[in-house]
Amino acid sequence: MSDASASRSEILSAVRNRHVPAAALPDLTGAWITFPDRAAHFAETLRSVGGTCVDVAGIEELRVALQSLEPVAAAKKVYSALPEAAPSTFDMAQVADPHALDDADVAIARGEFAVAENGAVWVTDANLKHRVILFIAQHLVLVVPRNQIVNNMHEAYARLRFDGPGYGLFLSGPSKTADIEQSLVIGAHGPRSLTVYLLDGSA
Amino acid sequence: MPTPHAVRAARFVADSDRAHWHDQALWFVRVKRDRMAQSLPEWEALRETAAGIKAHTLSRLGDFLEQFEERAIALGARVHWARDAAEHNAIVLSILESHDVKKVVKSKSMLTEECHLNPFLERHEIEVVDTDLGERIVQLAGEPPSHIVLPAIHKKKEDVGEIFHRFLKTEAGASDPKYLTEAARQHLREKFLASDAGITGVNFAVAETGGFVVCTNEGNADLGVSLPKLHIACMGIEKLIPRAADLGVFLRLLARSATGQPITTYSSHFHGPAAGGELHIVLVDNGRSKILESEEFRRSLNCIRCGACMNTCPVYRRSGGHSYDATVPGPIGSILGPARDAKKYAGLPHACSLCGSCTDVCPVKIDLHYQLLTWRGEIGRRGLLPWSKTIPMKLLAFVLKRPWLYALAGRIARRVLPLVPRWLLYNRLNDWGRQRELPQIPKHSFREIYERRQRQSQ
Ligand code: SF4
Repeated sequence: MSDASASRSEILSAVRNRHVPAAALPDLTGAWITFPDRAAHFAETLRSVGGTCVDVAGIEELRVALQSLEPVAAAKKVYSALPEAAPSTFDMAQVADPHALDDADVAIARGEFAVAENGAVWVTDANLKHRVILFIAQHLVLVVPRNQIVNNMHEAYARLRFDGPGYGLFLSGPSKTADIEQSLVIGAHGPRSLTVYLLDGSA
Repeated sequence: MPTPHAVRAARFVADSDRAHWHDQALWFVRVKRDRMAQSLPEWEALRETAAGIKAHTLSRLGDFLEQFEERAIALGARVHWARDAAEHNAIVLSILESHDVKKVVKSKSMLTEECHLNPFLERHEIEVVDTDLGERIVQLAGEPPSHIVLPAIHKKKEDVGEIFHRFLKTEAGASDPKYLTEAARQHLREKFLASDAGITGVNFAVAETGGFVVCTNEGNADLGVSLPKLHIACMGIEKLIPRAADLGVFLRLLARSATGQPITTYSSHFHGPAAGGELHIVLVDNGRSKILESEEFRRSLNCIRCGACMNTCPVYRRSGGHSYDATVPGPIGSILGPARDAKKYAGLPHACSLCGSCTDVCPVKIDLHYQLLTWRGEIGRRGLLPWSKTIPMKLLAFVLKRPWLYALAGRIARRVLPLVPRWLLYNRLNDWGRQRELPQIPKHSFREIYERRQRQSQ
């Protein structure tokens, strides 16, 4: 322990003893990019990174759309955070070990908001018992209120508060890799597809 | 005697088809980066802001480190401090041993690469599996990554096919990237499910919140740390930024600069351990505080490891990452290398044409080619240059200081060079004669022509 605190104080005094000239912390307000039609730009950008964006007018329309979404129709094991739109095939509350989710075919989760400039959706594990479901399921569906789309990442962080323990991520498209000769392959380790529903008249 | 980099580069370019292919593959990434940068009218303002945030952070690094530690502990994480690579490795090992861990999955982290964590853990009988596809390819091949973002960029799909055939039992001769990626997915899924702990790097750590962000495209970091209960995050002390809002600036720059994507697929924000889990954060100096001291090289700590300077560098593209023999290759590696070991990496600042393209693309405005030039002087002053560079340079300096001698040498050269037989010019002793031809030798020098015209016009 004494050795550990020695390292700490040595590193801290080393960085403090260096004469680094003072520099002001930049202000982050700027003429950052905005879009006349945020939803359209989001959809287009998401498409460019391998995802799909679908507009739905309400929960009923979402329910119908999900029924006919191919991965859902073919799925045996589905987790849904929106039981009003699609049922789960199992009770997440009963799953003690996240490893048991390995055979999940589809996960349907809520996204808090979307970002037009990069096609990303902010997702947290606030109501997820096992966050691994977002990464381990073969296909992922996110449902985002259509009126919750910001222009850019500066607006995104203006909304976010990190004042306690928690986990959240910007998720943009399905899992992918280009590590073999720069050829893009969808479905590296995580979901092989991502469908984002922009839900109008949001619930 | 050429520099070690030049010797290895010569081996790389000996296979000229492969060298050309490598060059093109990286240029393709560079072009994608340009398209992204040009699509944002505020690109230059973003770079400016990012550099400003880094400069401010470095000016108060001690305060931010303490603030980060305090907040991270409040969120339930354990924070460790390591002066060097050995201490870092010992800390990671002791955490793993105290949890009786035998199998670890690791997502991409240049820091653990720098500390040679894998061989260290393997010596202690812990299995470490790199889960980034590119990293897994080079790990199976028994090689270090050749690029910080695209670790296996030097491998052709046929090479990957052979490696996978050997280790993952894919079909002999198979080289379809889709098929190979699917095989890796199945293989790594097993590893994810069997691991006792997950190790990740850190892209950005936020002082005011005590959280950190990890960026991947494959989702391997998230998968790796959300199955086991133990997560160890290893970071250099320069990864800090003051505010969560600063992430907006850096996440906008990182993926656009790295691969020409608008953002990485997964940009995950960890604040404290998962419910029921444990989170350890290891803060590592390993020479960074020394770089902080230097007026000239301090800005190299701004680096967010996007790899753009490599993709654009004419030397990197044509010599391959392994020719640098350093954890971080390319322009930024040629600055960080000598800072670590000036003798071993004395040749790297010369692996540069001073074209300045790296400086143009760097998202955090590191003046890379100026720093490379400064290193050249520094290495010369310390007497670390090979004689193949020092002797010609001394000779040149001697001549350039004496205008009469320069004029005379020129006159002689113009007469004599055209008469010299080829074998005398293009031989083993003359590095410059390889792949280069002398230009047509003019009959008269500029000075002679100028003087004649002056005379005529009088
Ligand atoms: S020096 Fe700049 S361009 Fe090179 S990897 Fe670092 S941030 Fe990217």
